[in-house]
Amino acid sequence: MDFPSTQFVSSQTMATYEPIHQIGMWGENFKSISNPNISASVIVDVVNKLENESETTSHEMLASSSKHDQEASKPFDKIQRRLAQNREAARKSRLRKKAYVQQLENSRLKLIQLEQELERSRQQGLYVGGGLDTGHLGISGAVNSGIAAFELGYERWMEERNKQICELRSALNAQISDIELRILVESGMSHYFELFRMKSSVAKADVFYVMSGKWKTSAERFFSWIGGFRPSELLKVLVPQIDPLTDQQILDVCNLKQSCQQAEDALSQGMEKLRETVSATLASDQMGQGIYVPQVAMAMEKLEALVRFVNQADHLRQQTLQQMSYILTTRQAARGLLALGEYIQRLQALSTLWANHPRKPA
Amino acid sequence: MDKVMRLASENGLVLFSKSSCCLCYTIKILFQEIGVIPTVHELDQDPEGREMERALMRMGCSAPVPAVFIGGKLVGSTNEIMSLHLSGGLIPLLRPYHSMAN
Repeated sequence: MDFPSTQFVSSQTMATYEPIHQIGMWGENFKSISNPNISASVIVDVVNKLENESETTSHEMLASSSKHDQEASKPFDKIQRRLAQNREAARKSRLRKKAYVQQLENSRLKLIQLEQELERSRQQGLYVGGGLDTGHLGISGAVNSGIAAFELGYERWMEERNKQICELRSALNAQISDIELRILVESGMSHYFELFRMKSSVAKADVFYVMSGKWKTSAERFFSWIGGFRPSELLKVLVPQIDPLTDQQILDVCNLKQSCQQAEDALSQGMEKLRETVSATLASDQMGQGIYVPQVAMAMEKLEALVRFVNQADHLRQQTLQQMSYILTTRQAARGLLALGEYIQRLQALSTLWANHPRKPA
Repeated sequence: MDKVMRLASENGLVLFSKSSCCLCYTIKILFQEIGVIPTVHELDQDPEGREMERALMRMGCSAPVPAVFIGGKLVGSTNEIMSLHLSGGLIPLLRPYHSMAN
């Protein structure tokens, strides 16, 4: 660990410096903060030392000036002025120290954040590399920043969603007008569509990340289907919450359920076919050739279809939500969105509860 | 491209596919579930397959396969077919050309 020693060495000779020079020192110290390698505690120690010396200096000056006083008859106000100047300098010094320490604290937090991101990226890097150390740092760098950006975005998305759920709950209890409720429903819908856009973006960077559902809680992952919730599951959760339905609505919902299930089944079987294809490509009758064989590259080509599948699954989720919003009245749609939001919140609570429940010793 | 348009108009429901494409397989399964049988042309088994792919791209498909034509008109790829099906529009579109086993 190195820090700019030159500035601090000069503090040894500070005893003879004017207070003005000490203020200049603070300015120089400010510039050195950009180096995060400086340990905060070391800097604070030196800073304290500087301040002590500045106070010592003013005492020394006071001593020397009172000596002077005895010899020549210096006017009293000159001493007073000097004292005031020293007090002012010391005060300014303390303020700058405060600001300096604050900036140090911010840098320390930033450093911790960066270290955490780096650790996460390293883990992702292993995941993406799949065990083969190809050293493609450039590519994995872009992937990791895509994932980091998504995780940050998802955290914000969650906060916003929880806020919307509260708003829906109070709106439904408060008997607000349909027009105002419509606004809440519209923003709820577009909020989900925003998530699908974010997922599409990160899927291009790392489709396995999306498939893993890493950004979600464990119970949510348990129900995961091609990187998200099952559209048929969505309908199962929503429909009981939106009674009573008109006859036409019952018919429409029934048709939607059926077509949704058919599309879901088709995608599931397509995914199964993809797995079989990749597996068959990897397992050649040329075993014993090692791992750097054409089969791996061929399998990779096949695997690229996975991105299309994930996008298709999200598209199905989006269409299911969209069609429901067309079938339902505003009030029903609001109840449906609330039900869906609360269901996911409960899944998340389940995950937390599970993580914390006492386990029997092995 | 002539060949593509000719094949597309020969039957009510035409699917351009590739035997290795799993998303094409998905569409085939979906048609099976609905109860319709498309006329399938596998581009990877057609000598003019590459040219047909390019023609399909030129028509505005984001990916050459799967490409679905109903009544000689391009409906689209997986996205469009699924949206259409969920909105309840796919079956009515197919009805003039196929007897549905409902």
